[in-house]
Amino acid sequence: MVATFEPKTDYKVVGTRPIRHDGYDKVTGRAIYGGDMKLPGLIWGVMVRSPHAHANIKSIDTSAAEAMDGVFAVITGADMPKAPSKLVDLGEGNINFKWASNKLMADDKALYRGHPVAAIAATDRYLAEEAARKVVVEYEVLDSVTNVVDALKPDAPIILPDLVGDDLGEDVTNTNMAAHVRHEFGDVEGAFASAAHTIEREYNMQMVHQGYIEPHNATATWDEEDRIKIWTSTQGAFPARTQIAGILQVDVSRVKVTPMEIGGGFGGKIPVYLEPIAAILAKKSQRPVKMVMERTAVFETTGPTPGARMVIKLGADANGKLTVATSDIWFEAGANPGAFIGPAAMCIYAPYEIPNTRIDGWDVLVNKPKVAPYRAPGSPQVAFAMESAVDELCEEAGWDSFKFRVDNASKEGTRRGDGVLFSKIGMEEVLEAVKECDHWNSPLGDAPEGKVRGRGIANGYWFNIGLKSSANLAVNADGTVQLTEGSTDIGGSRTSMAMHVAEVLGIGAHDVRPTVGDTESVGYTDVTGGSRTTYATGYACWLAANNLVDVLKERVAVLWDIKPDDVDFNDGAFSSKAEAAKSIDFKELAGKLDDLGGPATSTGTVDLESAGDGFGMHIADIEIDLATGKSDIIRYTALQDVGTAIHPSYVEGQLQGGAVQGIGWALNEEYFMQDDGKMANSSFLDYRMPTSLDLPSIETVLVEVPNPLHPYGVRGVGEVPICPPVAAIANAIKDAIGTRLYSTPMNAGSILEALK
Amino acid sequence: MHPFAYVAPSTVAEAVAVLDEHGDRARPLAGGTDLLVKARANVWELDAVVDIKNIPELMNLSVGSDGLSIGAGVPCYQVYDNSEIAAEYPGIVDGVSIIGGIQVQSRAGLGGNLCNAAPSGDGICPLIVHSAVAKISGPSGDREVAVEDFATGPSRTVLGKGELLVSIEVPKPAANSGAAYTRFIPRNEMDIAVAGVGVFVQLDSSGQNFESAQIALASVGPTPILASAAGDSLVGKPVNDETIAAAAALAKEAATPITDMRGTVDQRKQLVEVLTGRMIKQAVERARG
Amino acid sequence: MTTNSPSKVHVTTTINGQQHELLVPPYMSLLDTLRELIGLTGTKEGCLDGNCGACTVSVDGRIVDSCLVLGAEVNGKNVNTVEGMATPEGLHPLQQAFLEEAALQCGICTPGFLVAAKGLLDNEPSPSEGRIRHWLAGNLCRCTGYDKIVRAVQKAID
Repeated sequence: MVATFEPKTDYKVVGTRPIRHDGYDKVTGRAIYGGDMKLPGLIWGVMVRSPHAHANIKSIDTSAAEAMDGVFAVITGADMPKAPSKLVDLGEGNINFKWASNKLMADDKALYRGHPVAAIAATDRYLAEEAARKVVVEYEVLDSVTNVVDALKPDAPIILPDLVGDDLGEDVTNTNMAAHVRHEFGDVEGAFASAAHTIEREYNMQMVHQGYIEPHNATATWDEEDRIKIWTSTQGAFPARTQIAGILQVDVSRVKVTPMEIGGGFGGKIPVYLEPIAAILAKKSQRPVKMVMERTAVFETTGPTPGARMVIKLGADANGKLTVATSDIWFEAGANPGAFIGPAAMCIYAPYEIPNTRIDGWDVLVNKPKVAPYRAPGSPQVAFAMESAVDELCEEAGWDSFKFRVDNASKEGTRRGDGVLFSKIGMEEVLEAVKECDHWNSPLGDAPEGKVRGRGIANGYWFNIGLKSSANLAVNADGTVQLTEGSTDIGGSRTSMAMHVAEVLGIGAHDVRPTVGDTESVGYTDVTGGSRTTYATGYACWLAANNLVDVLKERVAVLWDIKPDDVDFNDGAFSSKAEAAKSIDFKELAGKLDDLGGPATSTGTVDLESAGDGFGMHIADIEIDLATGKSDIIRYTALQDVGTAIHPSYVEGQLQGGAVQGIGWALNEEYFMQDDGKMANSSFLDYRMPTSLDLPSIETVLVEVPNPLHPYGVRGVGEVPICPPVAAIANAIKDAIGTRLYSTPMNAGSILEALK
Repeated sequence: MHPFAYVAPSTVAEAVAVLDEHGDRARPLAGGTDLLVKARANVWELDAVVDIKNIPELMNLSVGSDGLSIGAGVPCYQVYDNSEIAAEYPGIVDGVSIIGGIQVQSRAGLGGNLCNAAPSGDGICPLIVHSAVAKISGPSGDREVAVEDFATGPSRTVLGKGELLVSIEVPKPAANSGAAYTRFIPRNEMDIAVAGVGVFVQLDSSGQNFESAQIALASVGPTPILASAAGDSLVGKPVNDETIAAAAALAKEAATPITDMRGTVDQRKQLVEVLTGRMIKQAVERARG
Repeated sequence: MTTNSPSKVHVTTTINGQQHELLVPPYMSLLDTLRELIGLTGTKEGCLDGNCGACTVSVDGRIVDSCLVLGAEVNGKNVNTVEGMATPEGLHPLQQAFLEEAALQCGICTPGFLVAAKGLLDNEPSPSEGRIRHWLAGNLCRCTGYDKIVRAVQKAID
C-alpha cells in the first residue's frame, strides 16, 4: 500500500521525550529476558560443537553421555527433520529451510568451527556441559577456506558439494560461488574514456560481529498434541515462527513463539539458532528445555556480517562532476549462501548522482558462520570503499571533498545503482546541516607533541523497509488504551508505538499501555529490523487508532442520537458537527462505553512497499600517536535525515549507538582467523568492542525532512548511522598521517605500518 | 567445567596439604578471574579449588621501613587504595591499576597475576624491577624465589607439587629512586598488553645521573623479561635523551616477541623501544619527586 | 550434578539486606547462585569470562563480576544486586536518571551499569566525566555508544 501525507508540525505527543513504558522493569531487574525464563520441571540443553572448520563426521558415539544420571535426551543430525531445499520469503531476505536446518545441526559434515554436531538435555547446565564432553565424535578434517579469494581458486575445497551457483543466470556446479549479480546503467566505457579524472582502488574488510551483550537463548516445550511453545529473544516472533516451523517441518499453527525482552540484536537475532534444537530436545525428553549460548559460540556460530573484497573505479569530468562508477564486490556468505550483495548494490552509489554505473557482486561460501543481517547489512562495507574512493578522487584532482559531495548529491529523481529512482529524500538537507553544525565550523585544534590530528567525513545510506505489521487496541473504562503490537522492542519502540496512538487519540503517551504480542495475540508482524519498526508498526498503530476513532464515533452517535458521520473528532474530543457546543472528550467517553455497546476495540494492519530512504553524514576527528600508532577519536558528530523524530532521545540513541559500532568496526573489531579456520579472538577480551573510555561524547544533529509515506513523516533511522563511520575514520586517518589505509581494522598495528 | 570441590582452609599448612593431595587437579583460588575462566573453558580440569582468602598470611598487606609485603590473596584495589604504597611504589600501583576493569581489580591480585604466569601479566614487571621476592610454602618447607625467576613459561611457574605462593616481598626503594609501568593496548582499558615495560631507576643525589636501573618487559617473550643489559647501560650515565634512547634500543633487542592476534614482532619491538623511553622518563620524574 | 558430585557448600549470606541460607554446588558461580538458586534474574549473563560486566554485583561494597565469583565464596558476606537498589520510597537516583536520560536501549547491560555506577558514587560523590568513563570501562554496552549512560550518571550526581 502506498499513500502520501502532508507534513505537519503541531504535535502534542510526537517529538516529546516520555519515559519508556518498559523502563521501570528494566532499571529494577524485573524485566524478563529470554535467558530469565523459568518453567516447572525445566531442564537445560547444550550443544556439542565441531572443533574443526571443515570436517567429515565419520561417527558420533553418544552412549557415555546418554548413560549419565540426569541426562534426558541426546540428539544428532539424524534427529533433524529433513527440510526440503526451498526458498521462502522471510520479509527481510529469504530462507532456505534445508540450509537453515543444516546450519543448526551438521548432517555428515561440519562446515564451520562450532557447527553443532549433537545436543544434550540434562537436569542442569553444569551436568549438560559435562555430558557434552563425553560425546565422542570422529572427524576427517578437511582443508578449509576463510576468505573470498581462496574460496574462488580452482583448487579450493568445495564447502557444499550440492550447491548450484547462479552466475548471471547460468547454473554453476562444483563451486563456492553461490551467486553473481550485475546492475549496469548508461555507457560506462564511454564515460571512463571521456573522464578527466579517474581512480581505481581495492578495499578489504574483515568479518565483524553484531556484538549484542545478551547471548542467544531459547526455551521450548513440545506437548502431547504436538504443539510447540517457544520463548526466546528474537527480533521477530512471527519470522522466528516461520523458521522454526520450516526447520521442524510442522505447520506454523503448531508453533507459538513468545518474544521475551531481548538484549540486543542488530540483525543477528533474526535467524534462529537454538529454538528448533530446544524443541527437539523437549520432545525427546518430554520436559521443557532451555538453552543459553556460550559467548565463544556466539562469535563462532552466529551473526556475523560479511568480510569483503571490493574494487571500485570512479571517473569525473573536469568540473568535478561524478560521471561514472564501477565496482566489483565479493562478500563472504559463511557456510551457506546469502551474503548481502543485493543491499550492497542498492547502497553503494546512493548518496551520489552518477549517470553511468556498473556493479558486479559475488556471494561466496567460506568456512565461517553463515552471515546474518547486521545493521544495514552490506552498506557499511560499500560505504567504506565508495567514500574512501571519493576522497581519493578529490585528492587526486585537487578538489574539496565536502564540496564535491554537495555538488554530486543525490536528490529526488536520482537513479540508485540498482535502477530505483528516489522520491523525496533528505541528502541535500543533511549536507546543509553539516555546513551549519558546530563541529564542522570548529578547528581541529593542535595535537600534543608526538601526535597528529585529522578530520574525515563520509556519507551513509540505507533504503529502509516497510513490510507487514499489526496492532490491536482496546479502550479501558478509565480512559486509557491498551495496545498490543507485533514488533519486538529492542530500543524503546514500544513507547514510539504508544506515542502514535496517543497523538491520534489526543491522550498522553502514558495513557497508552503497550505490550509486545506473541504469535497468538496479534496479527503477523515482520522483524524488528530494516529500520522498519517505528515506520511500519507505527503506521499500523496510527491506523488502529484512527479505526478506533471511527468505532467511537458510532458510540457517540448512539449517545447523542445522531449519525456517526455527523460526529467530529479533534484534539481528543468528539463533537457534533451540527451543534458545536456538544462535546465529549476521549476519557469521558471511555467511562460511558459500557452503556454504549460495550468494549471498543480496533486493529491496524499494513503491508508497506516503500519506506523512505535515509541519508546521513558523519564527521570524525582523530588523534594519532606517531610512535605507537594508537588512535583516539577526539570528536565525533552524526548528522542524519530522520524524517520526524517520534521520541528524539531514542532517535539520538540510534545515531550514537550505530556510530560507535562503526567506530569499533573501523579501529579494532575483526574475526582474526587462524590458518586452521579457528577464530582466534572469540571473546569480548580480544574482540575489542569500544568501551566507555574509548570514546568522546557522540554529538548528534537530527535533520527532520518528513517522509511523505508516513502519516507523521517517520523515516527509518536505525541503520544509516553505522554506514559512514568506517569511511569517515579512514578519511580522518589519511588526513592525519598522509597515508591511506585500505583494509579494516585500521588498528594501531596497521597505522604503525603505514607510518613507516 | 569439571565439577570441583571447594575448600577454604584457614592455615597455610591445611592449604598445602590439599594441594599436595590433588597435585595439578587442585588450584588455589584467590580472585578467580583467571582460574574460573580456565576451569570453565576446560583448560584446567580440577577436582578441588582451595580458597586462600581465609588464611591470614595470604591476606596481609603491610608497608614499612623494611619494605612492602603483599599477601598472595590481596586484591589489586587494596594495593592502589593504600596511600603509602602509592607514594613509595608508584610503579606497582601503575600495574595493579590496569589489570582488568574495576570489577576484576576487586578480586584479582598480584599473587594470582604471578601464578597465572601470563607473559602479559601487568603486575609482574613492576615487581621484577623492584627486585621483589616470592615467598613459597610447600610440603617440604618454605623457600624464596626472585620474582624474575618465578615464571618458567606461559602459564608455568617454579611452584612444585603442593607448593603455595604465600606473599610477595618488595624491598624498600632506595632514596632518589622511582619506578613506572605502562603497556600498550589497542583500547584504553580491558585489554591484554601488546607490549609492556616496567622501569626502576635510582638517581644520584643531584638527580642528574643514574646510579642503578632495572627494566622489565611484558608480552614480548614466553615470560616477562628482565632486560639487564638495557638497565645496566644506564648505570653511571647522565639522565639525557641519548642515554635513555640507548637503553630503549637495548630493551628492544632484549625483546623476543611472536606475531599473534594481538600484534606482530615488528610492532611489539617498536613498542618496547618507545615505552621504555617513556617509562625511564616517568621513573626519573618520580625519582626526582 | 547428580552423580559423583562434590558435596554442596553451606552458605549463609545477606543479599539485598535479606539473609539467605543456601546449599550451593561448589563449582556454581555467584551469578548462577543468584539467578538459579535464589531467583534474582536481574543480574545478567553476557560472557562468563569477566569482560562485559553485565553480571556486576557488589560484595561487601566492592563491585565484582559475579560470573567470576563462586557462590561458595560469599559465605558471611553482603551481596547487593540491581534488585536491591530501589527502596519503598522510590527508585535510586541512578535508576531515575537512566530512565530520564534514555540511557538504555535493549536494557541487558543496564543492571550491571547501575550497580557499577552505584559503586562509584557511593565512594566518590562527584566524579569527573573521565573518571566515570574509566570506572565503567568494565561494562560493555553495544546499543547506546555510552553517551547517554555517562549523562545519566552525571545527572544522578546533581
